[in-house]
Amino acid sequence: MKEKKGMTKAEKNTAMWAYLFVAPTMIGLIVLNFYPIFNTIYQAFCKTGDFGKGNTFVGFANFQSLIVGNNSSEFWQSLLNTVKYAIIEVPFSIVIALVLAVFLNRKKMHGVTVYRTIFFLPMVCAPAAVAMVWKWLYNQQFGLINNLFGTSIAWISNPSIAWISVGIIGVWSIIGYNMVLFISGLQEIPGDYYEAAEIDGATGIRQFFSITIPLLSPTTFFIVQTRIIGALTVFDLMFMVMDKTNQALPKVQSVVYVFYTYAFTNGNKGMGAAVVCLLLIFILIITLILQSCEKKFVFYN
Amino acid sequence: MESAKARDRLNSVIIHAILVIFSIIMIVPFAWMILTALKTNQEAISVSPFYIFPHNGWHWENFATVWKSYNFLILYKNTLLMIFFRVLCACLTATMAGYAFGRLKFPGKNALFSLVLIQMMVPSQIFIIPQYLMVSSLGMLNTMFGLVFPGIVTAFGTYLLKTGYQGLPRDLEEAAAIDGCNIGQQFLRIMMPLTRSSMVSLGIFTAVFAFKDLMWPMIVCSQATTTTLSAALAKMQGQYSSDYPAMMAAAALAVLPMVIIYIIFQKQFVEGIATSGGKL
Repeated sequence: MKEKKGMTKAEKNTAMWAYLFVAPTMIGLIVLNFYPIFNTIYQAFCKTGDFGKGNTFVGFANFQSLIVGNNSSEFWQSLLNTVKYAIIEVPFSIVIALVLAVFLNRKKMHGVTVYRTIFFLPMVCAPAAVAMVWKWLYNQQFGLINNLFGTSIAWISNPSIAWISVGIIGVWSIIGYNMVLFISGLQEIPGDYYEAAEIDGATGIRQFFSITIPLLSPTTFFIVQTRIIGALTVFDLMFMVMDKTNQALPKVQSVVYVFYTYAFTNGNKGMGAAVVCLLLIFILIITLILQSCEKKFVFYN
Repeated sequence: MESAKARDRLNSVIIHAILVIFSIIMIVPFAWMILTALKTNQEAISVSPFYIFPHNGWHWENFATVWKSYNFLILYKNTLLMIFFRVLCACLTATMAGYAFGRLKFPGKNALFSLVLIQMMVPSQIFIIPQYLMVSSLGMLNTMFGLVFPGIVTAFGTYLLKTGYQGLPRDLEEAAAIDGCNIGQQFLRIMMPLTRSSMVSLGIFTAVFAFKDLMWPMIVCSQATTTTLSAALAKMQGQYSSDYPAMMAAAALAVLPMVIIYIIFQKQFVEGIATSGGKL
């Protein structure tokens, strides 16, 4: 190893230890993550032979098929579905979680632990199980929801409402997580701000909008960002709720669902890789937009 | 003064009412899962009358039937082992790398750490096809190694532990160095024990997300004897979609162990998952 001049023996010794310590993680990241990134991009330009073997280079054929060709209607619809899902999940789960967090963060509040434990419960449950239960709740003939309200709505097989039904499951699943993040954000706001506002005679709602919202904006921004990325890669709920035979599937399935179908159900790895590359580009664009919003809307002291 | 007190009381009644309504919304799906699991299929699909509670006794034997016919013992064993190995690997590799990134000076540190950050920014679906092909070409489909494979190292855990190590006081190593400890000894005896809370957070976080994972076990372990609870549920749903009590019993068996552990250690769970998420 050629060291830079000026490194003392002790510094070299430290560097040796450091390389030893980071080696397992770095080797792992290269094999498990960085090689796969490039390999996925490469495969996106290939046509997969049987059993995932015998890739033949086909240039932009997969992308062309997804963007303007045979698969384009399915792909663009799935992207639209994913965005629609995010439009349900992200704002509702965040607004409800914020309200609940503000309630639980009140002075002399009783039962905080019990409420928190209940709201957080879906976070430790396998989405596969959660989705099975919701599918049963939504059942058109025998489901609890329709029987309770005396309706007979096809919650998950009517293409025009199924995306909302799936979005509701998403909101239900994530409220508790967002709420806990909001609570820890709220606890970092110094109490003197509220005391000063109280002396000035500001009401609770006034305090919420002029103190809580601006001072909480770093937390809110973080949650918005992670929720958007999470919603754009939704899979488990959709996969479990929407059967292959469900007529609403084309109007609900997410991009990752389409990726799974292409790559693993149909065994067309090249097409799956192309889908996931387009998803990556989409997510990077969203991330860049969010980063530029951060400067405008987030208030850091 | 009196009216302010009365207003406070009214506020708190309204707030509790809202919280209770939301609590009910959160609990109903779980309650309905258990209630359905205890019915006969005839009761479950009876509409007029519609039964909320089991009508002809509580059929606890549904759980035993499902347990046996889906071989839950093996599913539990697979899931538990996968969680165990993933937590072990994540904690071991992340604590070492986190220490180096958080406390030691070495050439190339920022470049290497930027790889960690890039991994965290990229959606994980992009890794899956090559990871699957690697496991497949090693002949490791339907093995425990295959299940654990993507979780051998963790960029997120490295980041979390790095933050943990950076939070420790400055002069710890100097005192240890004066006592003649080399860096390995400093790490093992002094530094690592002090980041126990970050390790617990990472362990819980890893365990819960390994438990919830669906796509990876479905892909690498398609056989009923090698797969995990989540992936097995997906399979069952396809096969037995009209036996509702059986499906709900299966779903309950799949979530209950984690729910019970969560209720016992709820403080550690909430902190472990949420605070590690919050540090991202």
